[in-house]
Amino acid sequence: MIDLSTRYLGLPLTSPLVASASPLCESLDNLRAMEDAGAGAVVLHSLFEEQIDVDSSHLDRYLTHGAESSPEALNYFPDLAGYNLGPDGYVEHVRRAKEALAIPVIGSLNGVSTGGWIEFAKKIEQAGADALELNVYYVPTDPALTGVQVEQMYTDLVRDVKASVRIPVAVKLGHAFTALANFARHLDVTGADGLVLFNRFYLPDFDLERLEVTPRLTLSSPYEILVRLHWVAILYGHIKADLAVTGGVHGSSQVLKAMMAGARVAMMTSALIQHGIAHLARVRADVVEWMETHEYASINQMQGSMSYRSVAEPAAFERANYMKVLSSYALRRR
Amino acid sequence: MATEMSWKQTSVTVDGNEAAARVAYKLSDVIAIYPITPSSTMGEWADQWAAQGVCSLWSTVPTVIEMQSEGGAAGALHGALQTGALATTFTASQGLLLMIPNMYKIAGELTPAVFHVAARSLATQALSIFGDHSDVMAARATGFAMLASSSVQEAGDLAAIAHAATLASRVPFLHFFDGFRTSHEVARIEALGDDVLRALIDERTVLAHRARALSPEHPVVRGTAQNPDIYFQAREAANAYYFRCPDVVQAVMRRFAALTGRRYELVDYVGSAKAERVVIVMGSGAETAAETAAALNLAGERVGVLKISLFRPFPAAALLAALPRTTQAIAVLDRTKEPGSAGEPLYLDVVAALTEAVAAGELSAMPRVIGGRYGLSSKEFTPAMVKAVFDELAAPRPRNHFTIGIDDDVTFTSLAWDPGFSIESADAVRAVFYGLGADGTVGANKNSIKIIGEETAAFAQGYFVYDSKKSGSVTVSHLRFGPRPIRAPYLITRATFVACHQFSFLERFDVLEAAEPGAVFLLNSPYDPEHVWDRLPRTVQEQLIAKRLRFFVIDGSRVAREAGMAGRVNTIMQTCFFAISGVLPATEAVAAIKRAIEKTYGRRGDTVVRRNFAAVDAALDQLFEVKMPQAASATSDIRPAVAASAPDFVRDVTARIIAGRGDRLPVSALPADGTYPSGTTRWEKRNIALEIPAWDEALCIQCGKCVLVCPHAVIRAKVYEPAALAGAPAAFKSASAKWRELGDARYTLQVSPEDCTGCGLCVEICPAKSKSEAKHKAIDMTPVRPLHDAEVANWDFFLALPTIDRASLNASLVKDVQLFEPLFEFSGACAGCGETPYLKLLSQLFGDRALVANATGCSSIYGGSQPTTPWTTNAAGRGPAWANSLFEDNAEFGLGMRVALDRQSAYARELIARLDGALTELGPALLEADQSTEAGIAVQRERVAALKRRLAEIDSPVASELASVADSLVKKSVWIVGGDGWAYDIGFGGLDHVLASGRNVNVLVLDTEVYSNTGGQASKSTPRGAVAKFAAGGKTAAKKDLALMAMTYGHVYVARVAMGASDAHVLRVLREAEAYDGPSLVIAYSHCIAHGYDLRHGLDQQKAAVLSGHWPLLRFDPRLAHEGKNPMQLDSKAPSVPLQSYAYNETRYTMLVQSDAEAARRLLDLAQADVAARWRLYEYLAAMPGTPAETAHD
Repeated sequence: MIDLSTRYLGLPLTSPLVASASPLCESLDNLRAMEDAGAGAVVLHSLFEEQIDVDSSHLDRYLTHGAESSPEALNYFPDLAGYNLGPDGYVEHVRRAKEALAIPVIGSLNGVSTGGWIEFAKKIEQAGADALELNVYYVPTDPALTGVQVEQMYTDLVRDVKASVRIPVAVKLGHAFTALANFARHLDVTGADGLVLFNRFYLPDFDLERLEVTPRLTLSSPYEILVRLHWVAILYGHIKADLAVTGGVHGSSQVLKAMMAGARVAMMTSALIQHGIAHLARVRADVVEWMETHEYASINQMQGSMSYRSVAEPAAFERANYMKVLSSYALRRR
Repeated sequence: MATEMSWKQTSVTVDGNEAAARVAYKLSDVIAIYPITPSSTMGEWADQWAAQGVCSLWSTVPTVIEMQSEGGAAGALHGALQTGALATTFTASQGLLLMIPNMYKIAGELTPAVFHVAARSLATQALSIFGDHSDVMAARATGFAMLASSSVQEAGDLAAIAHAATLASRVPFLHFFDGFRTSHEVARIEALGDDVLRALIDERTVLAHRARALSPEHPVVRGTAQNPDIYFQAREAANAYYFRCPDVVQAVMRRFAALTGRRYELVDYVGSAKAERVVIVMGSGAETAAETAAALNLAGERVGVLKISLFRPFPAAALLAALPRTTQAIAVLDRTKEPGSAGEPLYLDVVAALTEAVAAGELSAMPRVIGGRYGLSSKEFTPAMVKAVFDELAAPRPRNHFTIGIDDDVTFTSLAWDPGFSIESADAVRAVFYGLGADGTVGANKNSIKIIGEETAAFAQGYFVYDSKKSGSVTVSHLRFGPRPIRAPYLITRATFVACHQFSFLERFDVLEAAEPGAVFLLNSPYDPEHVWDRLPRTVQEQLIAKRLRFFVIDGSRVAREAGMAGRVNTIMQTCFFAISGVLPATEAVAAIKRAIEKTYGRRGDTVVRRNFAAVDAALDQLFEVKMPQAASATSDIRPAVAASAPDFVRDVTARIIAGRGDRLPVSALPADGTYPSGTTRWEKRNIALEIPAWDEALCIQCGKCVLVCPHAVIRAKVYEPAALAGAPAAFKSASAKWRELGDARYTLQVSPEDCTGCGLCVEICPAKSKSEAKHKAIDMTPVRPLHDAEVANWDFFLALPTIDRASLNASLVKDVQLFEPLFEFSGACAGCGETPYLKLLSQLFGDRALVANATGCSSIYGGSQPTTPWTTNAAGRGPAWANSLFEDNAEFGLGMRVALDRQSAYARELIARLDGALTELGPALLEADQSTEAGIAVQRERVAALKRRLAEIDSPVASELASVADSLVKKSVWIVGGDGWAYDIGFGGLDHVLASGRNVNVLVLDTEVYSNTGGQASKSTPRGAVAKFAAGGKTAAKKDLALMAMTYGHVYVARVAMGASDAHVLRVLREAEAYDGPSLVIAYSHCIAHGYDLRHGLDQQKAAVLSGHWPLLRFDPRLAHEGKNPMQLDSKAPSVPLQSYAYNETRYTMLVQSDAEAARRLLDLAQADVAARWRLYEYLAAMPGTPAETAHD
């Protein structure tokens, strides 16, 4: 019997396959389908504080716009009894998800202010979330802002949130840090229970005809797993926090590689959007089949087996890697 | 879902509409509604309460149903009443007129019902939305009892009395109060709790009403047809009910007094017990009259006021009983005009009652009775005017049939009054605030009244005056606070506090005119206390000094900006008001303001509340008192309203209205028949834009899109010979014209800085971007201040440049049409309006031969509101002839124009035939003229001119006849214009008939998918899933497909267009529609402020509407059928983006997502299915083969 169980953020999971934060998680039916397909846990879509602010400002602006200007039209909209503008809708979703699912439910939060992060984190905890993923994204466009200051903002945030909730807290990061290993250790020391590598973001694209910048988010490709494997393998064993891979996990091979690099879980979104939630069950079956074929008994057995400190040639993870690839490419062309 | 929600007897701060609606809602099962100013908010409240599950007195949620017209509402109500429901409705003005046929039925059948009316003027020589009794007086013969409220408190109290009395008497009631003056006045009142209403309504009368209901269980027939043998007697059979009715009302009033302590009488006398002179009056004027009489009696006079509460059945006995026997002279005041009558209605009734009493010996002698008119269309009715009436009664020969409140220098009906007379109490705060609609002044003042009314022992009153513009509109708030009840339903002319929330107003109006000596003046000023003095106009400086005013400034706009509330200075100025007016201690006031902010904005999210709090906190630190010099120093002053070069009428009349002095115009200044000159907006330079487009001539590709989309016709293009540039201002720009055929001509794109609203649509549509800096376009929005003077000079020079001959241009190209002169300009429509670009284009294409029949609505308000009109003329003096008849009859109105034109043309042709010998070759040329092109029309105009010259030489009656109709020989273009409320709902029956008639009319529906003008009520055009008033839970039914319905006739040219999706398509459709010799229907997508997004992006949204399939572009051209082709052409591609990507950019959709996500999702899914189904049907229709031509002709 193959043992797929793993532990993530201190939570026992039946499988390392986790559905990561995406619009798919907005529906309870989808969440149930994910559980049925073998997800070990789900990370709910993110609660965006900035979105709440924007929605609130827009609603106020347009309910007010043109009001009290004309004797015939003192306003243009009925003032409804209530608007689901704060975190209440999200919190209710967490509560319902917990009721509906047996697997752990991880809330996801994207804040902009310290007050917002803490307030919303508490609400997500109170709604019954098993853990919280901080979806941190900050573009340091100010040339006066140093890398140290940026990293300090992240660690302050983790410290504040950790101090205000009891559930485990994971931090989802982008990979644009000068010294990621050092930064990861800071987060680890500050109390992060997990690091989720790496976030994928909307990126500005150009519309050549209209000469406009348009944000674009494309689905991930399996190729994107490489940078995640690289950094999980490097960090594994150097920090206490659990590691999770997200981005580029499309099939069983990426899941297995993530585990071998040292991740506790492998998170999927793009493949589920592309192939449907049932794809999760196929990946799970493929993982089992591969493990059976290759005589692995448990996930635990392979976790970290190909990490920086477990491989025969650690230099492969360092600069030499670059040179070697080039030379091997040159060899193949010959 | 019903929620048990009881209302308790408590103090509330509400307006008259809410006071009446609260009672009507509680006492009704069925509420049939239709929007009409100023009653709309009563229906809106009812709809909102029903959506929230508020219960009636019988613990069930009333059914609120919106109908297609007031006539429909009355019909539905009649049915509901006959089926045993307690039913009510709310209306005003023309709406009440449409209900009259049903009112006769409801009364004739002795059916208990209450109609609540915010009484309003009727459309006569002009429409007016304001208050008088013209509408209710037109309904006085229906058999309805009529009960008049004179204050906000009474609007609630008498509403309850009306409901109880109708059930007890079986006579239906019309309960009315003065539109705006009472319906919109905000005051602290004692609201009626459920317990009072329960005690007031005799449940047995409710059960009796239900027992009379039509039911197959105990069937009867009602509404029979009768013959001479019995109709008369049957009509008299109801007499007993009417004879009893006043007693029933009085009994209910007694019961009401026992329950509430508030005593009402059918006819209430106040004043001296030994009065010699008495005024009899109804409505809010009675409050003014009573207060004035009290003041005069204190001064030793002996006067009194009889307030009529029950007008029908006329309480003659109560009137006689109440009238002091010492009365020697009576003035009866009517707030209506009945031209040609022996006197106005109340006057005639009073005269009849007194005459009968004298004849019967109940009154020893007939007092002298005079009648007068006052207060039409909310004209001010002040204590000074009341005094003038009392004074007139003391004259040896008092003038009868007088008017008060105007200067009638034509028929000399008016009484003079002393504007200096005042009875304002010394212990009240009287505050006047000048604001912009957009800065939130009115909303903050309403909050202030609530704060004072509900948190202190003081009484509070607020009334708000708006101008008739929808962009840059000025608001004036009049607030009174005091230790005693406030009975002053007139504007403040002696203010203890004046606030001006926009610095620029100082140059436009005399804002300190109302300030009394020693008052406080608060100014939102971009200049600090040290420098502001030098920026003030001389009039302001002089009054500050002469009246010894205290002067405070705050840079409220900066504080607002810093708090993230751009432009919304409301809470900042409100905080300053409390800080310096002394109404409340500052700390208490700040706390109360914050509570009010939480209450008002809390539901919209913490962010909004936090931002407002920040503004309040920052306000007091930035408030400074200004130390003033001893003498005025300014050399500039309030600027003239119009240029000195304006025509006489504009200078003598229009300018005074613009300057806010229209009240002082005498009767002789105004046309007697409602006819006004065209083209007057050009004189009203409103200067409301903060930014205007600036042109980069090097980058511009001269495509003309900006000119096409400008809603206000403020950005224009001309092509001209280079020599015309001689004498151009230094800053005047031009470029080589990109028209190959025009050689070395120059091109200029020019903006009128003083007429621009700064909407930014032009910049959004501009396709020309800089290759080295993408954000820079051929036009960029730029702060107006540094550009203003140079651009004013440029605009003047531009206007004087020659206009290119249209014959040299191609009218099918947007690029060429930009050079056509617009004959619709500078309207007061909302900045960025989605309707006006279509009208402007229409005026460019056909304006010189167009007649426009305009349905009431936004387009009639920005098209025809005084003081100025945007419809204008070209250099030849030709332009659109525009008229508004009503809301419901516009299609028929336009058809009438067509029929008349055709008849005149036919008659002219007959006359030409009769004069055949005299006209030689001109006759046949006139009759056979080809006018299918502009060139052909131009030649025909020349022939008609020649004809007139020839006819002048012929001395015969036939020649004179022909001269009078000769112009009809030139082709005319009839345009029937209106919004979706008209075309889809109230006017649909007429529109259908007009389309069926086959006559050559062009119908342009400016479809905003909502009743825009009355504030966003749902129409049958409102899409599924959109939130609107009367559809607070999101509209559940799909949008009506008016285009498809019209296509079924086969002979109607039908098109659906959206300028933002394809301007070329719009151009093509308008030209095809106009050229089609039959009825045409063009339905134009018009983005609107009621959609809830930044209208800068209106054209992008139009495009998204088409891409999503919500608004497929199409044409149905019957001419193609005659050619054997399929007349249906789909002009847009299959939906390519989900409906959500269009809809969820707009608050009307997203507010449902935020309030009820599940309903939003369900309705969006249904709406998406609508899109697919409609597209399938359209594709099928467009793919059908044509019918062979010969068959088609069979």
